[in-house]
Amino acid sequence: MAIVTLTIDGEQLSAKDDESLLQVARQHKIDIPTLCHLDGISDVGACRLCLVEVEGWTKLAPACTTRPLEGMVVHTSTDRLKKYRRMIVGLLASEGNHQCAVCTVNNHCELQNLAYDVGLLYVRVPYLYPDKHIDASHESFILDHNRCVLCTRCVRVCHEVEGAHVWDIAGRGIDCEIISDLNQPWGSSESCTSCGKCVLVCPTGALVKKGESVAEMEKHTEFLKYIVTARRKGEWISVDTDEE
Amino acid sequence: MTVEDLQELAEQEQARQAKFSHRLMYCSAAGCVSCGSLNIRDMLKKALQEKNLADKVEVIGTGCMGLCGEGPLVKVLPEGTLYQRVDEAAAKRIVDEHLVQGPIVQDNVVDITHPFFAAQFKIVLENCGRIDAERIEEYIAVNGYEALARVVTEMQPGEVIEEVRKSGIRGRGGAGYPTGLKWGIVRKVPSDTKYVVCNADEGDPGAFMDRSVLEGDPHRILEGMAIAGYAIGAQQGYIYVRAEYPLAIERLRLAIKQAERVGLLGNRILESQFNFRIDLRIGAGAFVCGEETALIRSIEGRRGRPRPRPPYPSERGLWGMPTLLNNVETFANIAPIIRNGSSWFNAIGIPKSTGTKVFALAGKIRNTGLIEVPMGIPLRKIVFDMGGGTPEGTEFKAAQTGGPSGGCIPAEHLDVPVDYESLNAVGSIMGSGGMIVMDSTSQMVDVAKYFMDFCKDESCGKCIPCRVGTVHIHGLLEKIAAGKATTDDLGLLEELCVMVKETSLCGLGQSAPNPVLSTLRFFRHEYEELLKQPETFVPSGNGNDPTTH
Repeated sequence: MAIVTLTIDGEQLSAKDDESLLQVARQHKIDIPTLCHLDGISDVGACRLCLVEVEGWTKLAPACTTRPLEGMVVHTSTDRLKKYRRMIVGLLASEGNHQCAVCTVNNHCELQNLAYDVGLLYVRVPYLYPDKHIDASHESFILDHNRCVLCTRCVRVCHEVEGAHVWDIAGRGIDCEIISDLNQPWGSSESCTSCGKCVLVCPTGALVKKGESVAEMEKHTEFLKYIVTARRKGEWISVDTDEE
Repeated sequence: MTVEDLQELAEQEQARQAKFSHRLMYCSAAGCVSCGSLNIRDMLKKALQEKNLADKVEVIGTGCMGLCGEGPLVKVLPEGTLYQRVDEAAAKRIVDEHLVQGPIVQDNVVDITHPFFAAQFKIVLENCGRIDAERIEEYIAVNGYEALARVVTEMQPGEVIEEVRKSGIRGRGGAGYPTGLKWGIVRKVPSDTKYVVCNADEGDPGAFMDRSVLEGDPHRILEGMAIAGYAIGAQQGYIYVRAEYPLAIERLRLAIKQAERVGLLGNRILESQFNFRIDLRIGAGAFVCGEETALIRSIEGRRGRPRPRPPYPSERGLWGMPTLLNNVETFANIAPIIRNGSSWFNAIGIPKSTGTKVFALAGKIRNTGLIEVPMGIPLRKIVFDMGGGTPEGTEFKAAQTGGPSGGCIPAEHLDVPVDYESLNAVGSIMGSGGMIVMDSTSQMVDVAKYFMDFCKDESCGKCIPCRVGTVHIHGLLEKIAAGKATTDDLGLLEELCVMVKETSLCGLGQSAPNPVLSTLRFFRHEYEELLKQPETFVPSGNGNDPTTH
């Protein structure tokens, strides 16, 4: 581990070289929007919301999996990045069936908050209205594919923290879906411990507790920090622990 | 086996071959097999028996001879006469007339002085059409494994890398990263365990360069990989080959077994201290598994999904170990480079793109098939001299290189030299070697739509821009093709393409919009014509796969 100095949005900062750009930025109250990232589980760089510009680099870099380098000059909210973030959230909105008004996590939803944050006033691409189903076979929880954004937080928390590895992804492209136990109903899963971690870390209403009414359910992602303090911090940005 | 044993084996095989007056080479690659070359083999053997020539003439299955559109192909050695469209009657005539009486069968003979053959320069495909792919002795008889022998007995690993670096060879998978530099990086990473991986997950529609090498000359790949293993300090190699190539898999399995049996793979290769094994890993056919990080995951038995780089595989690859990953064609060039020296290789092609490149010519062109040309050759020469131009009555419109990641090169850029930088400058890429020619009957919106349809199906779904963006781009292209789109739709299409290109996680998403962007650049009027006249709308094209003839 070494200390490097870099510039983020014009601010000169020092950082440890085994942290991620995202960690460094957040320590200095520079906000970069994220969706698939969650403190406590590994990063996969999938949602592309935390992309930043680095001077001299030809490609945009995901802040969650990029490490700070000496002399790096980073810009986190250029007009181009803001536009792309708006488009990405727009694509997410068009991909699923997100009906906020009848959702149990209405007003406590990260996708909703992201839409506010990036200034998504309307969706320019046509809604795809996919034909998705709901798995309510579990005694305590519901999986609603209509509201899933495929961030894979559930996959990672179940594998990395609970150690059960109930969740996986099946299919390709737009047909990707979260599945439990080789695509069996969640309620019949033999590996699920019903711990509920996946439900708490899910950013949307895709994984929810049963018995809650519209806008009643609040998600809690902070608990992870306390569970995983024993793990080395460096592992949080290890790309090899991503066991999708 | 010692180096002397290797030489002896070569001499024995040469002596065995010298006993035959002729060798009849029938093409046993997938293209000719599918149009009946195995039946032709039986016919040839039967005809030879009838003429009592069975022990004077050998019938041999060989690799791709290039002119795939005119198969089945049969070549008569030592004369080198090539016959096309050989049916049962022609097979009998080749034996009765050519072998017994002397005159060649004019009806089926191919003019091998035609530029399609004459303008080629064969390094990678030098043994295709020349040896039996299923016998290691034949490969050894044409200097096979000589380079490996020299490397393990006379050269230091650093010298091998220096030789590869000086040859100037760049990655033939398409991106063109200098191979010697890559080898040097993997060598420098300290680790007891390293891997060599050969990417044989050729997935571009219409491309079959790697398949032809694997089917026609599998030992060349094994030799190239073993040399790489020696150079970087690896003892294990994997060939990741797609399940859609059953013949290539069969031949590779056989080749590995043969090489192990004679001590050219395994422990103490050629009595040296060098151990190297190669195993096959069969891909299930996902296009994205050709992306290096996804390929590595797939070998590990996990879902083939790309991950962000860095760390690059050269640092953390297979099972977290430093891994050298090269394409089939790259490995196929290694043995000739060592055997003939880097300055020989360097002199072929142009300074920044040395050596040759294999292309699979397809689409609206008279001579379809496989060609190997020196780098820097003008595109015009490939399309018109070698390919014979577009079919009668049509005009050349564009050449598509790089498959779903590449772009279309219009007629005004026909004189572009085929090298990495020049193709980039006209908005396309070298790619792995697919070249689809389009004529005046091709609709560019349909071409773009075809490739976007492919990309949206093959997206792994991990990152949002590629997963959802490609679906919307495809939807907009459909809308345009159907004559229902507005100027706003065209603007949105362009914005989405740039966004998907710049924000996607891996090469698949980053390059998926290229066919759209390049057709928009050169054939924008075709898009606009479909917007302007909604009332006199005529549906575009027939929506056919542009790779078909």
